[in-house]
Amino acid sequence: MKKTVITVVGKDTVGIIAKVCTYLAENNVNILDISQTIVQDYFNMMMIADLNNASKSFGDVSDELAKLGEEIGVIIKCQREEIFDSMHRI
Amino acid sequence: MITQREVLETNEMIEKENLDVRTITMGISLLDCISSDIDELTKNIYNKITTTAKDLVAVGQEIEKKYAIPIVNKRISVTPIGLVGASACKSEDDYVKIAKTLDEAAKAVGVNLLGGYSALVSKGMTPSEEMLIRSIPKALKATERICSSVNVGSTKTGINMDAVRLIGQIIKETAEISKDNDSMACMKFVVFCNAPDDNPFMAGAFHGVTEADAIINVGVSGPGVVKNALEKVRGESFEVLCETIKKTAFKVTRVGQLVAKEASRKLGIPFGIVDLSLAPTPAVGDSVADILCEIGLEYAGAPGTTAALALLNDQVKKGGVMASSYVGGLSGAFIPVSEDQGMINAVEAGALTLEKLEAMTCVCSVGLDMIAIPGDTKATTISGIIADEMAIGMINQKTTAVRIIPAVGKKVGDVVEFGGLFGYAPVMPVNQYSCDAFVNRTGRIPAPIHSFKN
Repeated sequence: MKKTVITVVGKDTVGIIAKVCTYLAENNVNILDISQTIVQDYFNMMMIADLNNASKSFGDVSDELAKLGEEIGVIIKCQREEIFDSMHRI
Repeated sequence: MITQREVLETNEMIEKENLDVRTITMGISLLDCISSDIDELTKNIYNKITTTAKDLVAVGQEIEKKYAIPIVNKRISVTPIGLVGASACKSEDDYVKIAKTLDEAAKAVGVNLLGGYSALVSKGMTPSEEMLIRSIPKALKATERICSSVNVGSTKTGINMDAVRLIGQIIKETAEISKDNDSMACMKFVVFCNAPDDNPFMAGAFHGVTEADAIINVGVSGPGVVKNALEKVRGESFEVLCETIKKTAFKVTRVGQLVAKEASRKLGIPFGIVDLSLAPTPAVGDSVADILCEIGLEYAGAPGTTAALALLNDQVKKGGVMASSYVGGLSGAFIPVSEDQGMINAVEAGALTLEKLEAMTCVCSVGLDMIAIPGDTKATTISGIIADEMAIGMINQKTTAVRIIPAVGKKVGDVVEFGGLFGYAPVMPVNQYSCDAFVNRTGRIPAPIHSFKN
């Protein structure tokens, strides 16, 4: 199963997770794992998601999440998991 | 499962340390386009390139998006035109016609550069190869995206000094035809010894005759990533230093390998090689010279520079080799002057001279690259500089290259502006003593004794 890593970085504010999760739910994206930290007031969230049954293509989800990020003042990135596997696993 | 720390590390490399895939270069063989009729030949070339590479740019962009990693250039290399045009070209203008066709094809598929307006003359030149070389100034003037290269020597064949002498003049002519633009056409021409068949980097990329019909080669970069990793081990031993470079090179190369495999799969074209190079850009923090400074030099060019560069180059290869199933191309650290802010600073401070750069090329991956010299430098002097660099490659069984810009109307201390990724270069002084009698001898320098391994 190909997984997607979604990262959210930005200034902490109310409802970031709610908005991102709502978007994902509306588009039938399943969240497999979620972790979050706050470093010096900066919100750092990483989700591992399954886009295989998503109602939109990877490209569209990626663009729309980036747009949603702009609206709430954070940076949202979607990346396929392979780039991290290649770099950090032998 | 991937950890948050690993995800952050990768994204930090991309966002803050300029990690990118420098180029996906598709090599395309034009051997099946050959015809004795020039119009037929150019038609075949245009069709072959625009068919084979039609999806290259789109696939590159798709991969960029999928992994959120910039793929800076999408490019094409073709079979050396000196071979492809041999039967059809009766004049220099016929060769220029091919150059124009290549330029149109490059524009049609949306690649920013196309390499392979080249001749392989390391032992001798055929009349048509000589014609191609003589047509280079005109071809570069008539086109926008074409890069040209000539291989004038190898460890197996020695150095073709007739070609070296001719190329001194050709570089002067190329500078002259683009004098209104700071002699910029010279940026698109490089002369090689031991040129690799699978180099994805411009200006020297061509699709060697030993290659398959089409192939995907990828060049990675990431001087900023290495520099940043080294900041964390300041003052540590050479062992720690080398381990850090190796690990970083491994990570960077793995990204190249991933992108290369993916591009190859999506395009249905075999994966050739990953070129593990540290290729700088003028962007702040994307400098090989800065790595040398981080290793412990005040400026690139200070005593110790050659040793530091040797160490860097070797560790990059050691780390990269394990990360990719096939490595090739130039693989190592590039030390262009104009494309590297740290190198420019070193030249301006008087720390780095042409002679020191020459010493550095003995241990780095390429050679004298993107160096501006006074416009009144004699053609024979340029040939002498080329001969020296070719000799280093021939004797040390490595690739060496010269990409030099005798900027018309400029003298030492002036600055040549190339713009964009190419940066700017301070004009460097050249040794004023003559080598006319040496360069004007005819024939070739024989292959060195250690080439006879049979």
